[in-house]
Amino acid sequence: MIDWVQIISNAAQEIISPTTAAYALAALGLAIHFGFTGLLNFGQAGFMALGAYGYAIATLTFGAPVWAAILTGILAAIVFALILGIPTLRLRADYLAIVTIAAAEIVRLLFTTNTFVEVTGSANGLQGYKGPFEALNPIPPGQYGFGPWVYNEYDWWVRIFGWTLVALAAFITWRLFKSPWGRVIKGIREDEDAVRALGKNVYFYKVQSLIIGGVFGALAGMIFILPRAVVPSNYQTSLTFFIYAILLLGGAATVFGPIIGSVIFWVLLSFFSGFIARAVEVGWLPFLTNIQAGQLRFILVGVAIMLIVIFRPQGIFGNKKELAFVK
Amino acid sequence: MAHAAGRPLPHRAMRYLTIGLFGTAIAALALTFASPASAEDIGLDEFDNKISGLVELADEPLGDVQLVVDGGGFRVEVVSGDDGRWAVGVPERGGYTVTLNEATLPEGIAVIDPELEQPNVRTITVGQSGSAVANFFIGQGPRNTTSLFDQIIDRLFNGLNFGLLLALAAIGLSLVFGTTGLSNFAHAELITFGGLITLLFGVTLGFPVWIAIPIAILFGAGFGWLNDAVLWKPLRRKGVGLIPLMIVSIGLSLAVRYTFQLFVGGDTQQLPGATDTTLSIGVFGLSWIDVASMGVSVVVLLGVAYFLLRTRIGKATRAVSDNPALAAASGIDVDRVIRIVWVVSGALAALSGILWAYFRPGVSWDMGFQILLLTFAAVTLGGLGTAFGALIGALVVGLFVEMSTLIIPSDLKYVGALVVLILVLLVRPQGILGRKERIG
Repeated sequence: MIDWVQIISNAAQEIISPTTAAYALAALGLAIHFGFTGLLNFGQAGFMALGAYGYAIATLTFGAPVWAAILTGILAAIVFALILGIPTLRLRADYLAIVTIAAAEIVRLLFTTNTFVEVTGSANGLQGYKGPFEALNPIPPGQYGFGPWVYNEYDWWVRIFGWTLVALAAFITWRLFKSPWGRVIKGIREDEDAVRALGKNVYFYKVQSLIIGGVFGALAGMIFILPRAVVPSNYQTSLTFFIYAILLLGGAATVFGPIIGSVIFWVLLSFFSGFIARAVEVGWLPFLTNIQAGQLRFILVGVAIMLIVIFRPQGIFGNKKELAFVK
Repeated sequence: MAHAAGRPLPHRAMRYLTIGLFGTAIAALALTFASPASAEDIGLDEFDNKISGLVELADEPLGDVQLVVDGGGFRVEVVSGDDGRWAVGVPERGGYTVTLNEATLPEGIAVIDPELEQPNVRTITVGQSGSAVANFFIGQGPRNTTSLFDQIIDRLFNGLNFGLLLALAAIGLSLVFGTTGLSNFAHAELITFGGLITLLFGVTLGFPVWIAIPIAILFGAGFGWLNDAVLWKPLRRKGVGLIPLMIVSIGLSLAVRYTFQLFVGGDTQQLPGATDTTLSIGVFGLSWIDVASMGVSVVVLLGVAYFLLRTRIGKATRAVSDNPALAAASGIDVDRVIRIVWVVSGALAALSGILWAYFRPGVSWDMGFQILLLTFAAVTLGGLGTAFGALIGALVVGLFVEMSTLIIPSDLKYVGALVVLILVLLVRPQGILGRKERIG
């Protein structure tokens, strides 16, 4: 019969998993772009790829210490944001959408091509960059935790590091949007021309917003690769769409929405996938194979995006007055 | 971000700065292309299927010989190791061509096989075992070179063919954008749908292909109508904004794409005649299918042009694109025009999907998504919402993608087109045929 304890315990593990933290941080970056500033960035996967590869390549190719590797990823994201933002932030919103989605694909294809195989590992990606990060781990070896959350010292270290970054980023975002800078940014979302009439340089505020959210995306990319390897096929356009789903679920113009959204998203997805897979095994769904059951989750995400946008555009925690969808 | 905090640079200076950044990046790329990838095993961990071989001359292994494995939209280059061995992982079972680059053989050595016209190209099939071997007869002899001129002509025709089929998809996307303002990411699924229905009728149900294709186009038109009737029209009535609509289309794209995969699985399947080598004309690497594909595209595109320029409903379409409120006020039934645009767009996308299935070759669940970005690039290049701009943009993108493989590695060919898109937006954001007022 169906092992409910196993399914629920797997789902509960997602609450603090590093993947959840990575998606939460990436969604927070997107909240700054899309929710607060109204920028349609469809290239968050590109920012994450740059963070991940920046960190891994700095460690593997140049033997950089952890702080320098993190800095490399952040710098890559800043340069990427400048290249994207300078030509397009002056144009209508859908131009930024097309350019960011194209640029993220360019980044992924450049990491996938065989031309740079010695640095990027081509389609196989990179691994073996965890050494310096592991060496910083203050936790003595052993198994810790209770209930479903029992991990070894490295797994705990990744989780603590990841969620600390998320907490810091959330605090920074909260402070930013209580400051005058944040009010200008929200003003741009509501009415660009009015802000311009007040003498603010809208363009540079937008560039700054793109950089901050992009750096969050790059940091998310680094958390994402700590429990696994860097593989270029992880950074496809659908990654960006998943992050949009999380953001819309939690509420686009909120600080905690993306974080709670990520937790809900991953717990539900794990529960749903686990349930369907078991149900297929015991023969409750005779018309499905196990592979097909795995694809159902993408259909579910797609339908969820549509339903949220149509029926609850402000998300779970959002305020209907603060919608990025003004136009 | 020093200048963001301080005084802003003048706009013009910023623009040159960006062009400079791009220039440096491209120069760095060009430098790296000079050194070929060196690896004897590629993608074996990633894919289950394998093609391998041994390059040797009279039992002596030959290292550093370059081979290109190509098939089903997948292409990889590999270099033989010091022991003469090479292996690549390939994503799917099916037919592949392995081309040995004779320029990388030692002096005076070539692939010889008197029975073959092109002995350095080998066609193999990865079957149930999941692996295949491609070896070549190597000895003293003249090389089989394709002259640069032939290569250019070959790429030119390929580019034209690709550009034309891209134009069919791009015009539909552009018409929908022009009349409703929707950037429809689910257009990719309209393209895939055409390929899948042709597969259903032409292969599964065994209809002749000349019946299966019109049926698929009709189904495509119906699917376009269904999209509008079930989803977009109610949302327009509800007054949902353009950006939420765009995100809804992303959700729809994701859901429909994986529904396709649920039904047809992850394999690539061939349409009748797609891999038939007897249909080759023998010049410029063209086949009769390529010629028919280009002919059909040109005829249909002329038909669309006639529809837009000469018929009442076509004129009404352009009027709605230009100014919906004014069009409605002058007695045009805007909803009817939009419905027709969706039907036309669905039919064009289905046809484009069928031609794309012959071009790749193969039908798979995400084939439309693979060219979605290029379609958007074509529409943006030509000028958002202008039908003829989309045609020109698609031809530019198609030719650029294919011609650029003469210089850059073929697994980067889409990168070139996307970089061009961004560069064009830098200097002419309204696109080639767009009007300036549209971009503000």
